[in-house]
Amino acid sequence: MKTKKLKVKSRTENLSVIRDFVSKSAAEAGISSDVMENIILAVDEACTNIIKHAYGSVPDGELIIKTKFTQARFEISITDYGRSFAPETIPEPDLQKYYRQRRVGGLGMYLMKTLMDDVKYVSIPGKYNEVLLSKNIKVAQSNAG
Amino acid sequence: MAEFNTSVKEQGAVSIINLKGYLDAHTAPILENNFVDLIEKNRYQIVVDFKDLAYISSAGLGVFMAYIEKIRDSNGDIKLSGMSDKVYNIFDLLGFPLLYEIFKSESEAIKKFTETK
Repeated sequence: MKTKKLKVKSRTENLSVIRDFVSKSAAEAGISSDVMENIILAVDEACTNIIKHAYGSVPDGELIIKTKFTQARFEISITDYGRSFAPETIPEPDLQKYYRQRRVGGLGMYLMKTLMDDVKYVSIPGKYNEVLLSKNIKVAQSNAG
Repeated sequence: MAEFNTSVKEQGAVSIINLKGYLDAHTAPILENNFVDLIEKNRYQIVVDFKDLAYISSAGLGVFMAYIEKIRDSNGDIKLSGMSDKVYNIFDLLGFPLLYEIFKSESEAIKKFTETK
């Protein structure tokens, strides 16, 4: 098991730094480029939501991104100390409705759920929030049976 | 830092925005400004070419949602062209092909405007 950690401020200019970090971690885990692209997008969406909503675009909040991989699973945790958040209050997006209302929020959460195998939220009000994203990795040589 | 830039050109009544690089929450305002400028100039026939776009997140997709209604209300449209499979897949996941016409090439998208005039 190998873990890596990145700490950045809550600025959108750091999204590219975060993507590079995830890309390098995923490459070390031997993840294929297709899967890697999905993971990178899911992490970008999670961090964009944190910057915009948890920190309300205030640029000096902290995001801590940790990656961990085993042979079967690549996991990313993102911790912030911004406003807490109740994911169950965010409805699934209805694009036709969005079009009529010109609303664009909620798309990121939907993408995260679609692109990853598991998305979990932990929110301890006044302490921290954590998003846990995980993707199952197909192991080339399987000892199944 | 993410590299992203756009260039806007005109072909008759059609305006073409070429996207290049990484379109995310940081760079989306650049594209927003392009739409605002075109709307100010009453240029509502817009093709957005994705040929040189490497990456898009939902913040980038949101820009298209933000201006489409205003543009269609003014008898215009945003047509999209030249998407890589990777970028198309993200549009597809969110159901965008139902809302926007997507063409293989910029010239096909431009042609569609001139045909339907």
